[in-house]
Amino acid sequence: MDAQLQKPVEELTYEEAFSQLEEIVASLESSQYNLDQSLSLYERGQALVKRCAQLLDQAELRVLQLTENGLTEFSEEA
Amino acid sequence: MVDIPTFPGYATHLPSSGLLDAWNVLVMIQPMFSGPISWSVAELTRYVRDLLEGDPALQDVWVAGEVSNYTRASSGHIYFTLKDAAASLRCVMWRNTALRQRYLPREGEAIEAHGAIGVYEPGGQYQLYVDAMRPAGEGALYQEFLRLKARLEAEGLFDPQRKRAAPRWPRRIGIVTSPTGAALRDMLNTLRRRYPLVEVVLAPSPVQGSDAPARLVQALQDLQRVAQPDVILVARGGGSIEDLWAFNDEQLARAIAASSVPVICGVGHETDFTIADFAADLRAATPTAAAELATPDREELQQSLVELSNTLARLGQAMLVQRRWAVDGLINRLKLHSPLRRIQNDRQRLDDFLRRAALQTRHALLLQRTRLSGMEQRLAALNPRSVLERGYAVVSRPDGSVLHSVLEVRSGDDLLLEMKDGKIDAQVRRTLSLGGS
Repeated sequence: MDAQLQKPVEELTYEEAFSQLEEIVASLESSQYNLDQSLSLYERGQALVKRCAQLLDQAELRVLQLTENGLTEFSEEA
Repeated sequence: MVDIPTFPGYATHLPSSGLLDAWNVLVMIQPMFSGPISWSVAELTRYVRDLLEGDPALQDVWVAGEVSNYTRASSGHIYFTLKDAAASLRCVMWRNTALRQRYLPREGEAIEAHGAIGVYEPGGQYQLYVDAMRPAGEGALYQEFLRLKARLEAEGLFDPQRKRAAPRWPRRIGIVTSPTGAALRDMLNTLRRRYPLVEVVLAPSPVQGSDAPARLVQALQDLQRVAQPDVILVARGGGSIEDLWAFNDEQLARAIAASSVPVICGVGHETDFTIADFAADLRAATPTAAAELATPDREELQQSLVELSNTLARLGQAMLVQRRWAVDGLINRLKLHSPLRRIQNDRQRLDDFLRRAALQTRHALLLQRTRLSGMEQRLAALNPRSVLERGYAVVSRPDGSVLHSVLEVRSGDDLLLEMKDGKIDAQVRRTLSLGGS
């Protein structure tokens, strides 16, 4: 988790960001950290919330198609 | 087939007690075998009806034939005739039954109809009261379906223990379906609405026709090999049982069961079950439902995100309050040990000390003064002039030097005699030594 905590939130997938958020909330709820640690965990948590919300709001479904040349963008006919 | 009773002994087999009573009455009036016995048309028809409707074989029967004179009355009931080369059978399907049918035949179509034989008394006609219909041949297809299903089931292909759960957070979803079908559109719309974070890879394949099964298998395998999705949806929109038949293919079922990732099957409508459905890890009623099974819902995600975010905010608040308390406690303890307090303490001690010092000093001075005045008195006691009081005189030269012996003066020297109350200016006439010289 520590290595994951170092990763910039912008590089996390929704799944990673959300599960990290869950872990942070759980550990803030259950353990005693010193002020520095808990403040940085808290700030990390806030950044993760923002990241998740942004991913949910901005995500656009990407549709690919399997062809003889591998994967290509698939465009839906109206 | 329908025997009209012409002798009373038969009456013991009559199913209707009403008719039996009527017969007994007749027997009493008429001599036995003495003439024709007339039934009312209603009685006879009723008798025939009871015969037909009392035969279990006629109450649960499939009949194959060609549809003719197909009409749907304004009441909603359906009337038609089933014909083959040799005979015809009148059929009726009631409105409520008709409304529930997935399939209704057209004029001239070869079908199989299921129902019960009954008699329409006003028309004097026996007919089939139909409760289900299917295109001819479907029965054979269905038998084939059941045989294949039983075989694969016995092999363990549908074993519940083989079933895998769909991943909670798929990153890539593979779809095997027709690129032009409504099923694909429904699935993409559902995915877009629920979980647009996912990437979709479509493996296009025909979903009906003779080459559909092999193409579906190929698409399924290519998808796993090339795109490595987290879950695969195999789907097709609704259609007739022939339309869906590709999904009852044995090879497709085996390919689905052998898939390296979970497969969700959504073929046709709620009521359609295919072999592919049984082989899949999850069976969805429709393509839309398959897409729903494969993904978390964005609104639920947002909801749980809001909840987590609130919990986090509450924790942050509590954390700060707790820290603030801790800090307040520290401040109080710090105050106790503040240098200011020590300075105040020290100042007080200093004052104390000064006060005590001053006291000491005054004491010492007093002591000194006492000793001093003692000395003064002793000094005063030693004052040579004090003897003058007692009548002695001090002899000195005019320059002030005190004389101690007669040997120090000669005749004619000026002397000064100091007395208690003044001085005498005198001159030496002669000296007399105490020794007598």
